[in-house]
Amino acid sequence: MLLIGCPWCGPRGEVEFRYGGQAHIAYPEDPAALSDEEWADLLFMRDNPAGDFHERWFHTAGCRRWFDVVRNTATYELRPDTDHDR
Amino acid sequence: MVGGGGHGLATAYELAKHGITDVAVVEKGWLAGGNMARNTTIIRSNYLWDESAAIYEHALQRWEGLELELGTDLQFSQRGVLNLAHDLGDVRASMRRLHANRLNGIDAEWLGPKEVAQVCPIVNVSPDLRYPVHGATLQPRGGTARHDKVAWGYATGADRLGVDIVEHCEVTGFDVREGRVRGVQTTRGAIRAEKVALVAAGHTSVLAAMVGLRLPLQSHPLQALVSVLFEPVIDTVVMSNKVHVYVSQADKGELVMGAGIDAYNGYGQRGSFHVIEHQMAAAVELFPIFAHARLLRTWGGIVDVSPDASPIIGTTPIDGLFLNCGWGTGGFKATPASGEVFAETIMQGEPPELARPYSLERFTTGALIDEHGAAAVAH
Repeated sequence: MLLIGCPWCGPRGEVEFRYGGQAHIAYPEDPAALSDEEWADLLFMRDNPAGDFHERWFHTAGCRRWFDVVRNTATYELRPDTDHDR
Repeated sequence: MVGGGGHGLATAYELAKHGITDVAVVEKGWLAGGNMARNTTIIRSNYLWDESAAIYEHALQRWEGLELELGTDLQFSQRGVLNLAHDLGDVRASMRRLHANRLNGIDAEWLGPKEVAQVCPIVNVSPDLRYPVHGATLQPRGGTARHDKVAWGYATGADRLGVDIVEHCEVTGFDVREGRVRGVQTTRGAIRAEKVALVAAGHTSVLAAMVGLRLPLQSHPLQALVSVLFEPVIDTVVMSNKVHVYVSQADKGELVMGAGIDAYNGYGQRGSFHVIEHQMAAAVELFPIFAHARLLRTWGGIVDVSPDASPIIGTTPIDGLFLNCGWGTGGFKATPASGEVFAETIMQGEPPELARPYSLERFTTGALIDEHGAAAVAH
């Protein structure tokens, strides 16, 4: 089980969290202007690296807040996402 | 062929059958050591949509003649596959799938709880369960095959026809010029090739990223487990999407069980223990006799899950580069058909009719083939 560092509650077991997938995917400013290709990219295309991955977690059984971490998908090591504001 | 798993080997074999023997299968590990060695060997074709029914049923028909064709025992056993329904929603979805199967000429029967207990007496059909068994669909022609024997059967067949299989050879880059692939770089040197086929399951995204191709795939650990040897107790396959259990018994006696995927992306070929714990709790409730079994081993494979739980087969924006991925949690059963249609795609430069719905373009056109219900592994 992953030990996940919630920025507000501290380290907690993975079962307390819900996974949110890739972080930093912004909702489009003008959705009506998107082409089909841009919609496909927004909805379906995701990075899938074997290495560092910026991802979102939701602390469902704790503070019920979203936060980002950087997790290495090969070693499963986690660190806080300091590259972006949480 | 980048990837020496079941689908890569089957594709190479099919190409060689058509006389195309100037083929190298490169595998970064050992032959069929990825998901081909890690799946729970279940074969069935009871998928919902016409596109899926067509390709999975074609695969099942190929399985039915595969031992004769490859000239080797695959321990192919049509012992029947039960898909349990645990609430009204499940029953309705099962009925819908059953009728869709029948319209597509696929064998499908509905069993009530008592009939489930007749087919598989160790299932607890008591109404007192947290998730009681309301019934099940049965595909009598479904079953299992010995995964290692399938891999070695295809590898031997391909090798005999002149295909080169290169183990411990990892692709580290692609030679792409003027929009066309010219070959690959590997840890054992460069290989020139007119056509390059990616069939690397959970690692396909990593390869595609080397040529700047972004795919709608997320790689997740999927865990399975076996018990120590047990007396024969189950001579069919029982699957439950609701409580994340699918189980069969190997000829030697191990109970073979699978869990749902781990939620997070991962390439570690291992998952979190609570997923196994959850799976075991559900299995023991559904099959009380399993409380006597001891866990022998658990492991994880890396599955490439697509947004609609259907595969991606076809061409790419780069000439000469082909894709066969996204089989997610259920690729083993499709091996013979996957190899056949992918070989045709590579030969003709475009997918044959069976594979055409599975193009990468479907995520732009919106023509998704949503098989989350019939995939039978919770995503």
